[in-house]
Amino acid sequence: MDFDLTEEQRLLKDSIDGLLTDSYDFESRKKYMKEKGGWSKAVWGKLAEQGLLGLPFSEADGGFGGGGVETMIVMEALGKALVLEPYLATVVIGGGFLRHAGTDAQKAAYVPGIVDGSKTLAFAQLEKNSRYDLFDVATTAKKKGDGWVIDGEKFVVLNGENADTLIVTARTKGNRRDTTGIGVFLVPANAKGITKKSYPTQDGLHAADITFTGVEVGADAAIGNPDDSLALIERVVDEARVALCAEAVGLMDESLKTTVEYIKTRKQFGVAIGSFQSLQHRASDMFVAAEQARSMSMFATMAGEFEDAKERSNAIAAAKVQIGKSLKFVGQQAIQLHGGIGMTMEAKIGHYFKRLTMIENSFGDTDYHQRRVADAGGLV
Amino acid sequence: MDLAFTKEEQAFREEVRSFFRGNVPPDTRRKLVEGRHLSKDEMVTWWRILNKKGWGTSHWPTQYGGTGWTSVQHYIFNEELQSYPAPQPLAFGVSMVGPVIYTFGNEEQKKQYLPRIANVDDWWCQGFSEPGSGSDLASLKTKAERKGDKWIINGQKTWTTLAQHADMIFCLCRTDNNAKKQMGISFIVFSMKSKGVTVRPIQTIDGGVEVNEVFFDDVEVPVENLIGEENKGWDYAKFLLGNERTGIARVGVSKERLRRIRDLAGKVESGGKPIIQDAAFREKLAACEIELKALELTQLRVVADEGKHGKGKPNPASSVLKIKGSEIQQTTTELLMEVIGPFAAPYDVHGDDGSNEAMDWTAQIAPSYFNNRKVSIYGGSNEIQRNIIAKAVLGL
Repeated sequence: MDFDLTEEQRLLKDSIDGLLTDSYDFESRKKYMKEKGGWSKAVWGKLAEQGLLGLPFSEADGGFGGGGVETMIVMEALGKALVLEPYLATVVIGGGFLRHAGTDAQKAAYVPGIVDGSKTLAFAQLEKNSRYDLFDVATTAKKKGDGWVIDGEKFVVLNGENADTLIVTARTKGNRRDTTGIGVFLVPANAKGITKKSYPTQDGLHAADITFTGVEVGADAAIGNPDDSLALIERVVDEARVALCAEAVGLMDESLKTTVEYIKTRKQFGVAIGSFQSLQHRASDMFVAAEQARSMSMFATMAGEFEDAKERSNAIAAAKVQIGKSLKFVGQQAIQLHGGIGMTMEAKIGHYFKRLTMIENSFGDTDYHQRRVADAGGLV
Repeated sequence: MDLAFTKEEQAFREEVRSFFRGNVPPDTRRKLVEGRHLSKDEMVTWWRILNKKGWGTSHWPTQYGGTGWTSVQHYIFNEELQSYPAPQPLAFGVSMVGPVIYTFGNEEQKKQYLPRIANVDDWWCQGFSEPGSGSDLASLKTKAERKGDKWIINGQKTWTTLAQHADMIFCLCRTDNNAKKQMGISFIVFSMKSKGVTVRPIQTIDGGVEVNEVFFDDVEVPVENLIGEENKGWDYAKFLLGNERTGIARVGVSKERLRRIRDLAGKVESGGKPIIQDAAFREKLAACEIELKALELTQLRVVADEGKHGKGKPNPASSVLKIKGSEIQQTTTELLMEVIGPFAAPYDVHGDDGSNEAMDWTAQIAPSYFNNRKVSIYGGSNEIQRNIIAKAVLGL
């Protein structure tokens, strides 16, 4: 058992922290937000140059063979800097489907573009009524010749505006809430029959609602078994949850740090407000919450590599519960301790709070995952 | 970073577990599971079994009878001990006064006291808190005056845990009234059988007697019973309290209790079916289990850090252990109250000799809930812990 980073992991952390310190201060972020699709191509290029976009892919596929800990390091750093670029959608989720179930031909077609930064992906999964159930899929993929025809509507697709390729969950058989008959398809974003409505999200990212009307794709579009890919989807989404946990830890660290700095300098009644015990105790509780979250982020990272799918899912669900509770407390108290200034768009802290809040509602909120753990028989 | 236990560590866990299975007296285990108090004999019997195995003072340096285990091994041992469950070694002797004596005592004192602590030939108690000195411990007033070759001790201690069993006490006494309050304190040990020592039990809200008031009325103590240097007692006290950073989370205790809750919740009915089938209850239980898992990981981070970088500089996460550990222990007792429902009410004062075997298993649940309110108060209240985090970690 060892919680210290290895030499390589330390270098990775220094390299991404250095890159973001140089190119991702709060003012730069505001500019990146105004670029097409809501993020910076230049920063994305730098991430590619440092090998970060190829991190989780095997060396045989043109990547660097990084594991869960490496992704955790990157996601924490991205959280700390409040990064807008689509690492989660492209590398973690898109890359995850390709790594776990892509054929050699699919990997050869998509991985190099991800690694060199020329192509990004988006995960079109959420539907109007599916909420957090991954098996709840109304979008259909009907067989036509060797290929498929996709019809349906997907919502809040992160990076949906910019992505070159969409990864779409669609039903090939059965009824809306059946756990079998679900496939995963690689769909070119410019395919005929796709219409997109793009918008900024509450946390400064960009997403799109996407309609598929008779979109035709070839036989090679399906990743994994088109009739039975729920386990694959669950695995990749679990990895996305783990990544979100790490991102939230980075966000909480920075929120706490910013808040403590603020209450050390803000003066009222002639003294720094951080000298008041009620504020000190609140900040201490934020620290406790952030540390408990960090512990569970590590646990989730470890669980990401569990062989047993049930054990893995249960552990990651537990982590998402802890992160959800911690982020709500840390985020809300960060605003409270900043007082009025925390309510302004101008101050950094509110943007951390907003991103944290959206993480809670991504891929299952606290109640959803708590119910999953409870129904799975607990965690002892 | 490698978050899994090694093969050697897993094998060690098996070794420890099988020793407990073979050697903890079954009746002792059952009483602990049911939340009963153990008699002095039952505790001492087990501690001597442990000491014979060489595990009674596991964390002591090897020259004084320690095991030389890694910090991860200590963690595994404690977790298995707490969750089996078996009685933990008497902290006042093994974790508190023992390390002070082998670190600051002279050779004569080490020879005289350490083997007797290890074998619990002497039962030790802690003379720290006083009626006017709780969180502000350094304001203590119990006085030790030098007269010839004796200390004359006068004053009062309180919250003295299990003093009714004690043969020896280690006591913080004021030896210089003119110095700044932390500077005039000395660490003196003496027999509880000395003339002028009076123990008065305090009954706590659970109906039990764990703590006592101890009065000193012109107690004569040989001068050689001073440990370390005169007026340096506060340093030794801080050293002593710093030693129990990781054990305080009591993860194993809470684990064992959560298993018991799951077990009972599968049997006790609510709405015509076991209460575990009630979604609201099940989710509350899961929430507590999740918090405990986070705490366990936090504790492992602290343990691994100490193993690698030594105990000198505490890991910032260690401050979390007391706060979260006590809150979770309290939540587990609340959940037990919820399981037992209306049968929490019947009152049955237990004796501290554990002899009342006829009692139904339900009888200990409310007392245990009441009793566990103490865990966020003792060992530096949780409010004091928050002060520590604010100052030492956040720099406020």
